[in-house]
Amino acid sequence: MVAANLRVIGALAARSVKQTFRRPQLMAPILVFPTLLLAIQVGGAGRGVNLPGFPHVNGFLDFILAGAMIQSTLLAGNSGGIALAVDIEMGFTDRLLAAPISRFAIVLGRLAGTAALGALSALWFIALGLIFGARIAEGIPGALTMILFVTLSAIAFGGIAAAVALRSGRASVVQGLFPLVFVILFLSSAFFPAHLMLEPAATIARYNPLSFIVEGVRDPVISSLSLHAFAKALGSIALIASISIGLSALALRRRLRVGG
Amino acid sequence: MPAIEAKGLERTFEGGVRAVAGVDLAIAEGEIYAFLGPNGAGKTTTVRILTTLLQPTAGSARVGGFDVVSEAGKVRRAIGVALQEAALDPLMTGRELIRLQATLHGLRRAEGQRRSDALLERVDLVDAADRQVGTYSGGMRRRLDLASALVHEPRVLFLDEPTTGLDPVSRRAIWREVSKLNEEGTTVFLTTQYLEEADRLADRVGIIDFGKIVAEDAPARLKAQMGHPHLEIRLLEAASAASRAEQVVSRFGKPLPSTDGAVLVEVERGAAEIAPVVRALDDAGLAVESLDLVEPSLDDVFVAKTGHHLEAGETEPEQPG
Repeated sequence: MVAANLRVIGALAARSVKQTFRRPQLMAPILVFPTLLLAIQVGGAGRGVNLPGFPHVNGFLDFILAGAMIQSTLLAGNSGGIALAVDIEMGFTDRLLAAPISRFAIVLGRLAGTAALGALSALWFIALGLIFGARIAEGIPGALTMILFVTLSAIAFGGIAAAVALRSGRASVVQGLFPLVFVILFLSSAFFPAHLMLEPAATIARYNPLSFIVEGVRDPVISSLSLHAFAKALGSIALIASISIGLSALALRRRLRVGG
Repeated sequence: MPAIEAKGLERTFEGGVRAVAGVDLAIAEGEIYAFLGPNGAGKTTTVRILTTLLQPTAGSARVGGFDVVSEAGKVRRAIGVALQEAALDPLMTGRELIRLQATLHGLRRAEGQRRSDALLERVDLVDAADRQVGTYSGGMRRRLDLASALVHEPRVLFLDEPTTGLDPVSRRAIWREVSKLNEEGTTVFLTTQYLEEADRLADRVGIIDFGKIVAEDAPARLKAQMGHPHLEIRLLEAASAASRAEQVVSRFGKPLPSTDGAVLVEVERGAAEIAPVVRALDDAGLAVESLDLVEPSLDDVFVAKTGHHLEAGETEPEQPG
């Protein structure tokens, strides 16, 4: 039974990844937008590293790489939610619900696909960073840690969008989360050190769980991987994932009860 | 044991809309049962309950011998479902879709591939199998949907408006496939707005209106309840000859109120009366422009039972294709 459900989750994840590659409007936010923003920020704000109090880095790219990765996973999660809502709108979810599978496998399949896209995004930005001169201080173990955090983050963020998709059943509602992604990102240490921000943004960024995740991804690049940063990042991901996946389960249960 | 059984099935949605208002069904194994009714009659809601996609708010139903609420998993294993509007992912290829369906039904990879290939051949989609579904015509989509519903060889097949919006050729292809499946032993429950579809395919028809079954029987028996066929006669000089013609044809059966200038007469023996009626009119010097034998239709039954027609656009007979 477990093996059968894992096969179903794998098949749905594969479909989700293929679907993203075949629909440019889902793929663009995952790689194109974050890459463009990365290029603009490195080109335009690269001298920020000279500010007093800025962490010691080899270059601004080293600092901002983690932010680009997390932006990409947030958007991958959002794209996954949009795709799930489209499935609901066009009735494809009914096809899955009429099959003898665990109904939550539908959500898990989608999240597994989002996780795969998260891993792909991590590889893309690591490769991009290395090509353009970034250095990963912790070497291969550091890169693997980055991939792990980014992949797990994709599941956590994907859960939020999946919950909204299942609750609303409308792609336009999930699309409405798009601006929120940027608000949450800019109110974290994704693109700028929290302690150099103005209040109240500095305080918000300091306690924003996204900052902990970004720092967990960034640490292996700019310094050494500390257990403290690792634990904070993993804890934040676990917290967001448990809330978002729990909300998805509730939204799915409601959808099944009221009949979509 | 019936393949599908429902007792007092009801579904009321949030806001108080009562889509299904006490449906009783007993459909035997190997039967084709057509649920005929206009949009909003409760057909799709009933199918969604029977396929475990929706829970009833009252009553009970069993499909394949299993309760749709407490044994939903077993029901899903026993049934194949092709829902309204062919809910297919336009970005997947036909082959990917059927193989996914095989995985959803727990078939091993090799077995899933074997059955997918066989089904693609059966529905004549081998050449298009590796194209994205978005490039398929409506008929190809329905055939793919039907094939994917068959991948696990279900005992009971639910088809929700399988030919809505299809051209006559595609419609006939679906009809042929449904008949073939039924000959192979599959019980088929289909919903339709098309009178001809119900008439041609179904062993029994249930007419549903406002969430209730208002009539249920074999199409021939339902139509027989409406009386005998009638002849619809148009004369070359209709205005002056009508009353004489009515006198002549009254010898063959009960005259009916004329419509559109045509003379109508109910004939007990159907087609056997055509020649004698034509001869009698000819002997009376009345030139016939056209003569049609009109059998009672399911629409007549529908009108008699509900007081209204199926929507005009949906009852138009199929043109030869």
